[in-house]
Amino acid sequence: MQKNEIISINSSSDVVLVRQAVRQFAVELAFSLINQTKIVTGASELARNTLEHGGGGTVNIEALDRGTRRGLRLTFEDSGPGIPDIELALKDGFTTGNGLGMGLSGTKRLVNEFEIVSRVGEGTRITITKWK
Amino acid sequence: MSLNGQSKIPQILKNHEAEVLADWLGEQMAAGIRKDLLKEIELREECREFLELFTDAIQQGNLTNIQSTEWRSVREMLTSVSRTRTQKGFTPTETANFVFSFKQPLFKRLRQELGQNGEALVEEILSASNLIDKLGLWTTEIYQKTREEVILRQQEELMELSTPVVKLWEGILALPIIGTLDSARTQIMMESLLEMIVQTGSQVAIIDITGVPTVDTLTAQHLLKTVTAARLMGADCIISGIRPQIAQTIVYLGVDLADITTKASLADAFVLALKRSGFAIARSKPTI
Ligand SMILES: Nc1ncnc2c1ncn2[C@@H]1O[C@H](COP(=O)(O)OP(=O)(O)O)[C@@H](O)[C@H]1O
Ligand SMILES: [Mg+2]
Repeated sequence: MQKNEIISINSSSDVVLVRQAVRQFAVELAFSLINQTKIVTGASELARNTLEHGGGGTVNIEALDRGTRRGLRLTFEDSGPGIPDIELALKDGFTTGNGLGMGLSGTKRLVNEFEIVSRVGEGTRITITKWK
Repeated sequence: MSLNGQSKIPQILKNHEAEVLADWLGEQMAAGIRKDLLKEIELREECREFLELFTDAIQQGNLTNIQSTEWRSVREMLTSVSRTRTQKGFTPTETANFVFSFKQPLFKRLRQELGQNGEALVEEILSASNLIDKLGLWTTEIYQKTREEVILRQQEELMELSTPVVKLWEGILALPIIGTLDSARTQIMMESLLEMIVQTGSQVAIIDITGVPTVDTLTAQHLLKTVTAARLMGADCIISGIRPQIAQTIVYLGVDLADITTKASLADAFVLALKRSGFAIARSKPTI
């Protein structure tokens, strides 16, 4: 199967495309239905954040094959305003927009690995990994 | 870049503007421009404008990066040419040919003016060719974007059509949602549901999300808003069709749907709605 795919995120129809691509990767990796749903939902959250808070960016979708361990890694990148206080951004209900403020924290609970690198004025990179 | 970074093209274009323009027009007419879609006089005006902006831009000395500010007016001009042609029904090739057909007349002029100096000629032709290729690709990109916009608009129109609120019973409405629940569409659905609630004086509205592939926090927020608005109009909402994997994901997300009545299937939701409205279901004849 294809090992990775990069999709740019510049409109809400791109968010739909990201969800579809991630679902396809998860299906090809034979993820269980629940794990498919979890990673697709996480992808949807982060893609929308990239669009709405990061001013657009990209996602790199990678299929990981570590012998017996297979998984899916998504790296969202933007050159937006950055997140000044990551701990605060990860609090349930915290939002600087009109959202529910559950996207980041919720996504963290949906995946196995979650990493944020962000610099104010430079941008944000969020990497999530879901093992099969 | 041309010799010493100093291209002769701007000067040549200025000195021979009329001839280049005539050659270029001739080139396009000969290639069979769609006279049914575009009048010759309009084409002439487009060519004249392009030539003027192109000469101005190239004079700034940047022949490699058409995304720079020097080329902004040219890009804007080509954007508008490309958009109108897309809308008029030109093919992508016909649209890009506006720019590509400029090569012949330009190169002809360069050969006439720089024929003595072979090296300079080659270099000028190469860089001009490169430049025109980039501008051609730009028109193609815009063409594609415009097409995508048209398709997107059609999809949106389709969405409006495909969100029917149906009356299941006296006082009971259902809104079966199929597809993604993103903002624009949800707004439309919410409005038509509220309108129907008022029109029919319904007390129960069932929102069925069996056909929604992903429920994220934005979707949940839209659902919560709809339920709250319906409540204000005096109707209770039941959300049905939450599949087990989605229910579990919502829990992990931490979204609180506790205030909302949910049912596994539309049928279950309908039974509950009937009960709440004071109807009872019974078989008329016992079956064996
Ligand atoms: N890519 C990003 N760039 C800048 N800020 C971000 C980014 N992603 C998230 N944030 C910040 O984190 C907050 C919380 O995000 P999230 O939990 O998804 O909630 P919401 O999107 O509903 O606001 C956002 O309101 C925003 O301030
Ligand atoms: Mg969010």
